[in-house]
Amino acid sequence: MLKDEDRIFKNLYNDLGADLISAKKRGDWKQTDELISKGRDWIIDEIKKSELRGRGGAGFPTGLKWSFAPKEVGTKPHYLVINADESEPGTCKDRDILRFEPQKLLEGCLITSYAVNAKVCYIYLRGEYFQEGLKLQKAIDEAYKDNLIGKNSCNSKWDLDVYIHYGAGAYICGEETALLESIEGNKGQPRLKPPFPAIVGLYGCPTIINNVETISVVPTILRRGAKWFSSLGKPKNTGTKIFCISGNVNSPCNVEEEMGVKLKDLIEKHAGGVIGGWENLKAVIPGGSSMPLLPKEICENITMDFDTLIENKSGLGTAGIVVINKDQDIIKCMARIARFYKHESCGQCTPCREGSGWMWRILERMSKGEASREEVEMLSDVTNQIEGHTICAFGEGSAWPVQGLLRHFKKEIIKRNNFNPLVKSNKNIPYLVDQHLLEEENAKS
Amino acid sequence: MSLKKVNKIQPDNFEFNSNNLDLAKKILSKYPADKMKSAVMPLLYLAQKQNDNWIPLSAMKYIAKFLSMPYIKVYEVATFYSMYNLSPVGKYYIQVCTTTPCMIRGAYKLVDVCKKKISQKEKELSKNQQCSWVEVECLGACINAPMVQINDEYYEDLNTTKFSEIIEDILSDKKPKSGSYRGRINSEPENNRITLLNNKNA
Repeated sequence: MLKDEDRIFKNLYNDLGADLISAKKRGDWKQTDELISKGRDWIIDEIKKSELRGRGGAGFPTGLKWSFAPKEVGTKPHYLVINADESEPGTCKDRDILRFEPQKLLEGCLITSYAVNAKVCYIYLRGEYFQEGLKLQKAIDEAYKDNLIGKNSCNSKWDLDVYIHYGAGAYICGEETALLESIEGNKGQPRLKPPFPAIVGLYGCPTIINNVETISVVPTILRRGAKWFSSLGKPKNTGTKIFCISGNVNSPCNVEEEMGVKLKDLIEKHAGGVIGGWENLKAVIPGGSSMPLLPKEICENITMDFDTLIENKSGLGTAGIVVINKDQDIIKCMARIARFYKHESCGQCTPCREGSGWMWRILERMSKGEASREEVEMLSDVTNQIEGHTICAFGEGSAWPVQGLLRHFKKEIIKRNNFNPLVKSNKNIPYLVDQHLLEEENAKS
Repeated sequence: MSLKKVNKIQPDNFEFNSNNLDLAKKILSKYPADKMKSAVMPLLYLAQKQNDNWIPLSAMKYIAKFLSMPYIKVYEVATFYSMYNLSPVGKYYIQVCTTTPCMIRGAYKLVDVCKKKISQKEKELSKNQQCSWVEVECLGACINAPMVQINDEYYEDLNTTKFSEIIEDILSDKKPKSGSYRGRINSEPENNRITLLNNKNA
């Protein structure tokens, strides 16, 4: 288990107070100007050495991303955008950072803005987090008043303005280019990449987009050194991470742990175990709803880091762990996730817009045992036709959980959906238009 | 993409009141002077708040003029995002999260309570015209499941009895206390917390 002194978010449970004075007592904003005075190259180099990988789901190396921004400001200003549109089912880590550690985020914003030459920072907050937004705004006001941000922030001769921009309930706006569209006042539909936002981003200007957690850990890394950070966790999967453990566990919670911690330890030690005991475990979604689920056999020994989970055909994603026990119907659970994706598809690319609806309808019937055996293969075919055929990663995000279900629980689906596709009498299935073709008489000829 | 119906009965006119007009100008100052369009989302929120939780078409036209952008662009944004209501939802708007992490902890039992106490169908006003409910996708408080959002606040760690009480309060126009209903503090693990104990006891 990670030692308490190595935890970055000391106020994760709000024992110490989220205001500026308490935050300063915990060491935030301590000699920030000194860190900044060491220069851009030092900051980016240190983050590269720490091997920090983005905490928003894709796990892209943060230092590398920052180095994509043009070194000198040209005719266009640079922007920093913080992605606080946390909507992945199973994930609620950013919410606690925004509520209880807002000063860490703001300090990170200042350092990052300096490193990538940005003078304006937008925090894109999901619209539902209205209360969290109020708390964050309060923290921003406090920081302005103390001259930590604003003109000549922290006496570093760097000007920075931080603004909150509220989203309005669209999951897709967590995708970086859709998020930019949304700030620009359009509907949130992702853009084609390249050009990448680091070159052509917000208002066509170079823009760096990072997750809340990524930015919040930056000040601590610089203060305690890249070596300290990279000594935690596993090679290429360094540092600490907030894990959200929800679902059928005795005490669902957020907890900061080392990368590469054992999944079983997280569930048993921190979350009070599976309801009904470990034997009652059915499956675990390891990284938010878009990552394929893992059956109990794999959960026994797996460690939670980007690379190990990819080896097991899943992913760390946002580290939102959803535990599902044997009292739940696993097909129904996945059908509900498919419904989520059907609802949240932005409608831009046909495979995703139509396919997400198909997957939902097929899974909904499968959960009731109304699908035929052939449809199991058909479902797998649908997922393959969505995956990789869309502008953004939403296509993969909606197809992977279904593929995960088919990979590990195919037997269960087939056992339940074992009926003859021929229809003997008129059935009331509204979306089955060609029902007459399935009636026994017509099917034979 | 959410499917939304525009209300049949629409007010003829909409204008920001003086308070909101000041706020709107303040919001505009956040964005570059030639990118006024960016303010469309916050302004729609203001309009929604001013007009009892829903946005009439006249407000969209007003905002379009205010930001000198085409009306259709405002309409596009208002219909794309699910948090803009285009028809009345009552003074109390209950959003029940039913996505998988909440579902496996009994969110559909909360939906049944809504059906029984408020209205049979979602998005339908209750008898006293004061509140309505809707099933929504993940609200990002999964460790506090099952949970609902009422207007701007989260009500967490619910069960059917607690939720029934909340609805009773709302129907008699009392605002219930937000937060966890199992007496837990924020998102710390109940009973068996093993981290940051020095802080807790400090």
